[in-house]
Amino acid sequence: MNNRVARLREQSFNAQPCLSPERALLTTEFYRENDGKYSVAVMRALNFKNLCEQKTIYIGDDELVVGERGPFPKAVSTFPELTCHSLEDLNILDSREMTRYSVSDEAMQIYNDVVIPYWRGRTMRERVFRQVPDPWRRAYDAGAFTEFMEQRAPGHTTLDGVIYRKGMLDFKAEIAENLAQLDYLHDPEAADKAEALNAMDISCEAAIIFAERHSDLARELAEKEKDLHRKQELERIAANCRRVPARAPRDFWEALQMYWFVHLGIITELNGWDAMSPGHLDQHLFPFYEKGLANGTLDRDQAKELIETLWIKFNNHPAPPKVGVTALESGTYNDFTNINIGGLKRDGSDGVNEVSYIMLEAVDELHLLQPGSNVQISRKTPQRFLKAACRVIRKGYGYPSVFNTDEVVMEQMRTGKILEDAREGGCSGCIETGAFGKEAYILTGYLNVPKIFELTLNNGIDPLSGNMVGLETGDPLVFKDFDALYNAFVKQLNYVVDLKIKVNNYIERMYARYAPAPFLSVVIADCIANGKDYYNGGPRYNTNYIQCCGIGTVTDSLSAIKKHVYETQTIRMGDLLTALTRNFEDQEALRLRLLNKTPFYGNDDDDADTIMQRVYADLLAAIDGKPNTKGTSYHLNMLSTTCHVYFGKKLGSSANGRLAGSPISDGTSPSHGADRNGPTAVIKSLAKMDQIKSGGTLLNQRFLPGALQGEDGIEKLSHLIRTYFNLNGHHIQFNIVDSETLRQAQQHPEEYRDLLVRVAGYSDYFVDLDADHQEEIVARTQHDSF
Amino acid sequence: MTTGVIFDIKKYAIHDGPGIRTTVFFKGCPLACRWCHNPEGITITSERIYHQERCIGCGECIQVCPRKVRIQTSQGVISDLSKCDWCQTCAVHCPSDAVEFVGQKVTVADVLRQIEKDVAFYDESGGGVTLSGGEPLMQPEFLLELLDACGKLDLHRTVDTTGYADADLLLAVAAKTDLFLYDLKLMDAARHRQYTGVSNEKIMHNLKLLAQTGARVQVRIPVIPGINSDAANIHQTGQYVSALPGVENICILPFHNSARGKYGRLGMECISPDIRIPTDAQLNVIARQLNGFGLNVKIGG
Repeated sequence: MNNRVARLREQSFNAQPCLSPERALLTTEFYRENDGKYSVAVMRALNFKNLCEQKTIYIGDDELVVGERGPFPKAVSTFPELTCHSLEDLNILDSREMTRYSVSDEAMQIYNDVVIPYWRGRTMRERVFRQVPDPWRRAYDAGAFTEFMEQRAPGHTTLDGVIYRKGMLDFKAEIAENLAQLDYLHDPEAADKAEALNAMDISCEAAIIFAERHSDLARELAEKEKDLHRKQELERIAANCRRVPARAPRDFWEALQMYWFVHLGIITELNGWDAMSPGHLDQHLFPFYEKGLANGTLDRDQAKELIETLWIKFNNHPAPPKVGVTALESGTYNDFTNINIGGLKRDGSDGVNEVSYIMLEAVDELHLLQPGSNVQISRKTPQRFLKAACRVIRKGYGYPSVFNTDEVVMEQMRTGKILEDAREGGCSGCIETGAFGKEAYILTGYLNVPKIFELTLNNGIDPLSGNMVGLETGDPLVFKDFDALYNAFVKQLNYVVDLKIKVNNYIERMYARYAPAPFLSVVIADCIANGKDYYNGGPRYNTNYIQCCGIGTVTDSLSAIKKHVYETQTIRMGDLLTALTRNFEDQEALRLRLLNKTPFYGNDDDDADTIMQRVYADLLAAIDGKPNTKGTSYHLNMLSTTCHVYFGKKLGSSANGRLAGSPISDGTSPSHGADRNGPTAVIKSLAKMDQIKSGGTLLNQRFLPGALQGEDGIEKLSHLIRTYFNLNGHHIQFNIVDSETLRQAQQHPEEYRDLLVRVAGYSDYFVDLDADHQEEIVARTQHDSF
Repeated sequence: MTTGVIFDIKKYAIHDGPGIRTTVFFKGCPLACRWCHNPEGITITSERIYHQERCIGCGECIQVCPRKVRIQTSQGVISDLSKCDWCQTCAVHCPSDAVEFVGQKVTVADVLRQIEKDVAFYDESGGGVTLSGGEPLMQPEFLLELLDACGKLDLHRTVDTTGYADADLLLAVAAKTDLFLYDLKLMDAARHRQYTGVSNEKIMHNLKLLAQTGARVQVRIPVIPGINSDAANIHQTGQYVSALPGVENICILPFHNSARGKYGRLGMECISPDIRIPTDAQLNVIARQLNGFGLNVKIGG
């Protein structure tokens, strides 16, 4: 990286995240003044416009791509209309040791005097919780599932290439056309559509105003600037901000600024999950790159510098801090932007280009927390590109993660996308598949599958709270065989899933009605044409997901009971249940027998893997195809992010020998330490899952650095990845770090501030993780080479 | 069906030939090198390994043992391993896997089942199966049958050998082998005998024979500082290998320390206490010296 990038990186890396009350204050004042005057959609748009007009504008020294959500880098906005932090929350954020957000006295004052008094009782979170039925509440409190929409808006948003072809003025013209065509005579929804379209139109206006304010500031700064070179840059920035997002970008620099304004607009309007991602940014930028090279206005180094300055902008935006249980389940600054590199083009040809390689270099040089990045590997992807990615993986930042594009396309086809749209899709957040720019693929929450099995072993009662949480499916002592036990588990599973979906559907309608996202709707295909908001079924495709956690833990637990209780009959069910209740106290031999003498998932052992297949099939039967409120349906994906740690805390000991409170297995990875036959066996086990029927699976693998030495090591890693993908694996990611280093980092965190590790679908600074997550990563099986 | 004795099957083996491989370790070796990193492979009989750090003292092994090898007395546990008939009941029951028997009698079909599991990886990477040890040629019938079976599956077959075997057998194996990994340890016959227990005459003769038949051979030199890393030995090695037809490359394998713990667990005397790990500088000197003979040198497997 050059000196400018190094300075910007340093500044971003060192800035302490703090909470900015500006957005909360502006929003509160605007609502206090105007609520009730307009339809909800128009009110949301006007609030967005007010923010664009009023918020503090920032252009930093050295910057080439400009704009911040907060008043300066790492000043994080809040969204009190969704969930309003209490003073106690703010104190915790300010004082907690891990992932701290500093909160000034002034911010406290503003919250105390203005924000909290207005939003108390009015937030989406409170309105959601007011509606939920008691059985849901008990299951939620027991940790059987989480609910995504209780404090962030439904999210998962990734763009396609439309914003590089159309500016806000073009969208405004489309909106006007659709408004003119509304048929009030025959269409009962015409009035609602008019409100939605008017809101979208106001949002386009807002984004233009926001950019123009940057243009004005840049011009002002240029006038004062003594350094001639910087003066020219500022003038260019002013010109860029005058051009985009009003009109489509014409060159590389404008294209990056275009994306960044749209990104900022979306994350300012609402706080959707997984922030916002540019999708196939390398493919979007390549035409501008080629053009710049051809007409002599750009060279490779400049392109790289521009990309690197955009990367730093992502890093300037830590996730808005959460409250309550979600703070536990997702304690990270990472806001989950995930940039896709490589993949396929709409016409099915290979998408890798020179910008893809430049991006890998940027990832390698900057190795910042954000943005996350992944490489999309299809059968057509050149080996050179995969190896270039493997060389970055070997550095041990935990990214880029690796996706199987051919599989990702098939997953989308299965859920009804047309082939071309599927090719333009990819993966965002951690591993979630979506049709970029055309789909609302809403994650609704994590499902604690081992917890559901625990309920089964306790006839519906949560042993931790003593509450009746599930169904009475029978006393396990009287089950005559394994199938009887298993069938009881399936009954519990269906009960809990239905409980979750019923409430999700309710919340979904609440968001459609009370928290529309008109600006986001502008850039997602078909919202304008349908005259409907992103949250109201406006996009071309609408999908809901439930993320299933702990397939390893539940498979191994079932396998242990099948073998020891029912087959060899060496352990009595009663004794096992007693031992589980007592967390194996004084029963270490029993615990070790379960742990060491049971076929476990992750070893290419059919005895265990067929149980995994059976559980997976029943998860699909419970979830896949259940209707949502948009005329489409629910699907599952196999993802845990950091929730396997929270879910583990809500779970007593389990029949695979796992102690109470320790994490359950992450993603689709085997239980910690259960895989004892190396990475090929893990891959074979995972390949037995029919992954095409999911919206993504997640496999973490930890390698010792020595296993990847030399060009040979790179070559063989690439073969390992390709083989997994030949077997229809969806995703694989690597931690390349030895236990010794991790232990050292625990003891001397100050010396390891920039040690990035893969947590689950994203990377985080190891020293920023709490002790539970740190231990969880150390506990992952490390593969050596032989 | 023919049976053999093996002591391990390792998947994702990436240093034992091309691509991603599965390596089968045959038990039993005619050599007993001072630096051996697979000491559990030296004898052909099964060995009982005790992992003290895993033992939780539950006494299960005492209870289940049909021959009362270990008995609980007021003074503690008394073992009489001479009574053990290797029935392995204790290992089957030990909850913590503290007792382990190294060396399993297996059929060709047993081994093949494991090998076949990773065919997808061999296909993608140009890998296959590596038969190593111990010395695979110590179990000729089993080896030949396994090679035949792998051949029928079209798998790439590598044999990792000391070369200390009957020449006819080696040639018979060569007819079913795609690549040999052939160890050359010391050029001086007397010193070879001193450090490995056997003379190197047969090994040198077999290597030449093999090379002349057109077999693909990769020569490997374990670099053991103080024993074979001296310039004179490397010079002789280079001279000898470069004169062989068809041997394109040579690997130098640095001695590593990871096996020391195994000796203790096996109840064996650690026979290499003062051997040091070669430095990168030492390895580079050796590599350059061998390069001088026109050989392609690779450090590592």
